Amino acid sequence: MTHRKKPWILGVYLAALLAGCAQKQNSSQLTIWHWMSDREDTLQELAGRYETATGIPVRFELFAPSEAYSQKVKAAAQTNTLPDVFGVLGEKRDLASFILSGHVANIAEEINDQEGAWRKLLFEKPLLMNEFDAGNGYGVPVGTYGVPLDVMNIQFLYNKDLFRQAGLDPNKPPVTWRDFLAANAKLKEKGIQGLVSGWGEIWLIECLASNFAWNIMGQDKILATLKGKVLYTDSDWVRVLKLFQEMRDQGALAEGVVTMINKRAEQIFANGQAAFAMNGSWCVNVYHGMNPSLDYGVMLPPRVSNTYPQVIWGGAGSNFMVNAKSVRKEQAAAFLKWLTAKEQQVYLATQTRNLPSNREALVDLPPILAEFVNDMDRTVHPSLMPLAEFPLVTEAMTKGIQSILIGEKTPEELAAQVQAVKDRELEKQMAQR
Amino acid sequence: MKVRLKDTFENYFFILPAIVMFATFSIYPFFKVFQLSAYEWDGISSTMRFVGLANFWDIFRHNTVWWTSVWNAVYVTLLALTFQNILALLLALACDRKIRGGHVYRVIFYLPPVLSGIVVGLIWSWIYDGNYGLLNHWLKAIGLDGLTRSWLSDPKTALTSVAVIHMWKGFGWGFVILLAGLQNIPRELYEAARVDGANAWQVFKEVTIPMMIPVFILVAILTVLGTMQIFDIIISTTGGGPGYHTEVPVTRILSTMTGTSQFGYACAEGIIFGILLLLVSLFQMRIGKTFRQAP
Amino acid sequence: MYSVTQYRAKRFGLKLVMQLFCAGVAATCLFPLFWMAASSLKTQETVFSDFSLLPSNPQWLNYVNAWTKGGFGVYFLNSIFYSTVVVVGIVLISSLAAYAFARLRFPGRQFFFILFLATMMIPIPGAFIALYVLLNKLGLINTHWGYILPQINGGLALSIFLLKTFFEKLPKDLEDSARIDGCTKWGIYWHLAMPLAKPAIAVVVIFNVLAVWNEYLLAMLVLTDKELMPLQRGLMVFQGAHITQYPLLMAGMTISVIPIVVVYLLMQRYIIEGITAGAIKG
Repeated sequence: MTHRKKPWILGVYLAALLAGCAQKQNSSQLTIWHWMSDREDTLQELAGRYETATGIPVRFELFAPSEAYSQKVKAAAQTNTLPDVFGVLGEKRDLASFILSGHVANIAEEINDQEGAWRKLLFEKPLLMNEFDAGNGYGVPVGTYGVPLDVMNIQFLYNKDLFRQAGLDPNKPPVTWRDFLAANAKLKEKGIQGLVSGWGEIWLIECLASNFAWNIMGQDKILATLKGKVLYTDSDWVRVLKLFQEMRDQGALAEGVVTMINKRAEQIFANGQAAFAMNGSWCVNVYHGMNPSLDYGVMLPPRVSNTYPQVIWGGAGSNFMVNAKSVRKEQAAAFLKWLTAKEQQVYLATQTRNLPSNREALVDLPPILAEFVNDMDRTVHPSLMPLAEFPLVTEAMTKGIQSILIGEKTPEELAAQVQAVKDRELEKQMAQR
Repeated sequence: MKVRLKDTFENYFFILPAIVMFATFSIYPFFKVFQLSAYEWDGISSTMRFVGLANFWDIFRHNTVWWTSVWNAVYVTLLALTFQNILALLLALACDRKIRGGHVYRVIFYLPPVLSGIVVGLIWSWIYDGNYGLLNHWLKAIGLDGLTRSWLSDPKTALTSVAVIHMWKGFGWGFVILLAGLQNIPRELYEAARVDGANAWQVFKEVTIPMMIPVFILVAILTVLGTMQIFDIIISTTGGGPGYHTEVPVTRILSTMTGTSQFGYACAEGIIFGILLLLVSLFQMRIGKTFRQAP
Repeated sequence: MYSVTQYRAKRFGLKLVMQLFCAGVAATCLFPLFWMAASSLKTQETVFSDFSLLPSNPQWLNYVNAWTKGGFGVYFLNSIFYSTVVVVGIVLISSLAAYAFARLRFPGRQFFFILFLATMMIPIPGAFIALYVLLNKLGLINTHWGYILPQINGGLALSIFLLKTFFEKLPKDLEDSARIDGCTKWGIYWHLAMPLAKPAIAVVVIFNVLAVWNEYLLAMLVLTDKELMPLQRGLMVFQGAHITQYPLLMAGMTISVIPIVVVYLLMQRYIIEGITAGAIKG
């Protein structure tokens, strides 16, 4: 009988497969978890080089997409089964939580060793994202808890061909807010769309709002807002929100940006269907892949005030942390030091086309990418602040800006709503103490 | 008496493997979700704070966004229950009747469920695009310029547009079940009805519908469960926006869990959602029973 | 009464409408598939700028690259293994339970049925970490069984529900006569109910194969070794956080769709054969 055979075959198959998976244990082997699916081959190659150089085998294990990775790391933390090295995705409070639960080793000693030889190699702010200083609002002991593998920042891009078509000077991108709106008006006359960006992913909205806020009110007032001493109904914050309303009213945005995912926005800009884009430094390679002849330039987000300096969002692209519970902590830190040394960083940067975290590894950059690098010192990031906004407040703000962009809310209404959420969160926090 | 006891005992053996699986892999996560719903926890920390029913209380009292998301899912579900299932039934009837090329159609109609969400997201965001979209292109071609818009970001059309994608992707499931149901009706019944002089419509009304009621109920319940839990299409097209116009319960649970790191709160949302679904399903089964007993 | 010509005309008209309707819907289903296949033959440059369905310069090498870069060899075998074991498990366990719920009497029948149904209700995201903790305790992390068993459990509810509906529809008198002929419950289940429920079992197989084949979240959670990973892991390589290699991704997805369609082709024969094949006469 034919159908009798099937379980039998299955059984053999099963046994064969199960037999093949006896675990090879190696006590000196370093295991590293990551989510960077596009760098798998490169990391594997580096692992091989490290083993040849030091005799220590390194195993990179990839889990993607990043949401799945982040679940896995959280789950492994619950069972104390994290690998020797891993990356923490998410915001600084997540990193703080991992540290406070004893999962992340403090590598300050290594980083500052020999008068900070290692520290000096790296871009300052991306490294700072992994550090906690005295009196930080997270309650984390002072220290360095991770190393950036690469860096990035987010700026505006403009299409030079479309500028020419609209009679704009392709070498003089708009600098002020007024210039920006005027340029958009001219583009619109020619039927050319304005700004495109993946604002369906709300963090990009948060990013632009933060640029505006820093430019209008500066760091101290933003900090005071985080502490609850300045309200979101303050005229400066309303002003930030009004800028979004203005973009909507002036038609300065491409169709559908409110719900667009960023990969779609990248297609649109690469195909010359919108004049401006707001995107991270990785976009240079994305655009190059989709349309190598795209003629475009980088510009800072338009200046909306002269009171405070212009800033951009940026910092580390990805970070690696050492597992505090690993028996191979020193070896793991040594490996990370090797990984961020010049030679490896050059290889990593050229292979994966990301910006290296090692300043000395910046070689042969395309001119546009070089412009991004030059602005690394302008970067700000919520992770660089001593304390963070309540996540629910940020969510209400960014989602609310979407509502402004579709004309459902006014800036004043939103400011009041955001403040109401903030008040509730503060109240909850007080009740806990 | 002894025989009957042994008999009942034997009957349990039929469900024993399923119970063993359930007891091993479902009860503990179930229990854990219930337990966590009473805590404030970020999903990482080794300490958590007991808050009792506060999470539930907050959802009922303050969380209007959550209830908006439930309503959005209900709206999509109502559309799916009608349009998607009618489409599936019509196609299943057509294929049941041996139309020309029926065996080819049977394969083609199951293609949308097979397609990856990435392809579906790419294609539909291109169809719906405001400036370069196919839909607007066609509307202009037939002179309906007034209707063109950016379908996924216009608050008036965003949710319906997402619902259309979902229904297109989902009708294949219903089609396959309904076709199997139709094929399970003994042909003799049709022949007998024909001999009695019934026309096509009467055959459908007197034979097909009564025989199919259990399958209809099955498909209806599966549609409700499948559609209420919609989320991947939304994440790859609108991300829940604009504003909260396309938020649904699962996207809310996910962003509560990872976006704002309120793990316990997300569990509470999950439980409320689960109970809602269970109630709806039981209600549907009850309707099914009344229907079956009626004729 | 209709005359014969009228009747024929009407039938022809109805057939034409049905034909047009089916063809229209079919076109919308085929288009994405063609688009995917066409995109798999383009380059990263042309994939979003050249909209032809027949690319002028087809890049067949994309398939070779996708297969080797994605490491599909091992993953493909793994996926076939996982799909087979999970689906066989689901069909056996769920058909037993469904038969009991449909035909046998025992205390707590309704309770257990609703319990199973409830597993379909609570969205799994919340239970993920709990599942990991559980599998860790059972020593099943990074093993075949750690990936297989939760998936069998996950597919049970829907399958039980589906099969129960179809078992209930089976004519009772057949079973009664079999019982009189001296068949045991197990005999009736295996030799009578199962063959009669072939269409429904085919549906269960189709649904579950698709679910297992496309699964990746659980794989990422439970498995660590590359050697154990399923096919979807291969596709991840083409989707970076920032850069997606669309043509390779499309080529990989085209490859991965083929087995599903083949399974569907094989199974839908059973759906159609169903009762018409004369199983009742047996």
